Amino acid sequence: MDPKIEAKQLNFHYGKLCAVKNVNLNIREHQITALIGPSGCGKSTFLRTLNRMNDIIPGARIEGEVLLDKQNIYERSVDVVELRKRVGMVFQQPNPFPKSIFENIAFGPKMLGLSHKLNLDEVVEKSLRAAALWDEVKDNLHKSGLALSGGQQQRLCIARVLAVEPEVILMDEPCSALDPASTLKIEELMQDLTKNYTIVIVTHNMLQAARVSEWTGFFLLGEMIEYGKTVDIFSRPKDKRTEDYITGRFG
Amino acid sequence: MSAKSTQKLAKLFIWGSGFITVLILFLIIGYVLARGLPQLGLSFLFTAPQGGLSGEGGISTAIVSTIYIVLLTIAILIIPGIGAAIYLSEYARDNWLTRIIRYGVDTLAGVPSIVFGLFGFVIFVTALHFSFSILAGALTLVCLLLPTLIRTSEEAIKAVPRSHREAALALGATRWQAIWHVVLPAALPGIVTGLILCIGRIVGETACLYVTMGGSSAMPTSLLSGGRTLALHLFYLATDTNAFEKAMATAAVLIIMILVINTIVNWISHRFQARMYGGA
Repeated sequence: MDPKIEAKQLNFHYGKLCAVKNVNLNIREHQITALIGPSGCGKSTFLRTLNRMNDIIPGARIEGEVLLDKQNIYERSVDVVELRKRVGMVFQQPNPFPKSIFENIAFGPKMLGLSHKLNLDEVVEKSLRAAALWDEVKDNLHKSGLALSGGQQQRLCIARVLAVEPEVILMDEPCSALDPASTLKIEELMQDLTKNYTIVIVTHNMLQAARVSEWTGFFLLGEMIEYGKTVDIFSRPKDKRTEDYITGRFG
Repeated sequence: MSAKSTQKLAKLFIWGSGFITVLILFLIIGYVLARGLPQLGLSFLFTAPQGGLSGEGGISTAIVSTIYIVLLTIAILIIPGIGAAIYLSEYARDNWLTRIIRYGVDTLAGVPSIVFGLFGFVIFVTALHFSFSILAGALTLVCLLLPTLIRTSEEAIKAVPRSHREAALALGATRWQAIWHVVLPAALPGIVTGLILCIGRIVGETACLYVTMGGSSAMPTSLLSGGRTLALHLFYLATDTNAFEKAMATAAVLIIMILVINTIVNWISHRFQARMYGGA
């Protein structure tokens, strides 16, 4: 099977600093790929190159290619808005808009000009159900998204992404601000979502990577040291540095 | 001194500072209202100033002029002011040009209003032949207040967390959609505070209107009519007449007017915020 996303010799610079060095990585469709590594290793920066969220950073420069379904997303002809519709993102801190739950979900379809074609009530219900949040909020859709708990807010942010019907969802340490119970809910949700979506998750938590992902990449100082099946990475890593990291000798 | 007594002293000092501030505020407003309110009556509000050493007549034309100049100035000011703030905070790159613009804006904000008045007199009153008029006064006030509105709005826009913008962009919103539907509603309370500061300056300004609006006490009939605002009328009463009680009554009206305007602006901004948050 062809990979959904393919990074080829990807380099990323902030000014003079090289944050991602020569990364080659294939991300497979309808599976979860985890990126692990210590803080500042470039894994989040790499993740953000996959939907061009780094474009807004002044002084950022990228070399190499990122192919989404074989098309380079850094080509001139690519519309960034269209790209971000296909490749959605969930951030580290839950960041619902200070709007109602309903309006948070409806935001994406409205911005994309789909509100007259779609029944927004249906979109909101479908997205909230898919994010396992519907039963908790169905009677309070017009309450502010900020009134929810942290875990609920993060699921709201996931539902907000689902409403746009992306193909790939990027998750940047989505559970690092959450308690264990909420983390568990999100992890279960991710498993459900692989039926329809390709997921790439950056995480600090190695147990989380081991629990949820099929594939794992280990990043260190901007380089991808090792990449393979999650079971292999965690049971018989090939590189000494990977072994040191997953056995907790540093990081 | 022990940490505990330092703490007590600091608390006393801070509490005292707050108390003095509020006390001064209430003393001034209380004094003006106490002296001014008994003089207030419908005839005072609804007759024009008659002039003369005893300051006969009321303040009807001054009230109308004040309302006109506030509305006209804000109407002209609001779009370039907020527009420039959006440009500086969201679009402009940090380079020598934008640094010069910022430096210029900051410098202009500190220039005395009479300097703007002279500029307005030369450009609007004389060169553009608007003569002493509400239009010339309003345009001069726009020049005076643009820097204030730009800087307060820019700070308000910058205070909106980056995560809001990122969330909007990641959902496929364009940059403008992210600004209009997410950033501006969140920045609106701060922008409105800037607007209220501007309205306060307009209502309180005398020097720069003295040389651009003249001081006609007749009822303004068009934008090119002259006029006198309440503050300007107060200035005339205080310098040309001995009608101290009328000056106090005028001041009381001025204070009440500022309170009313601020309340209305806040109410409008709440409605507007609700609508912008409502979506597309």
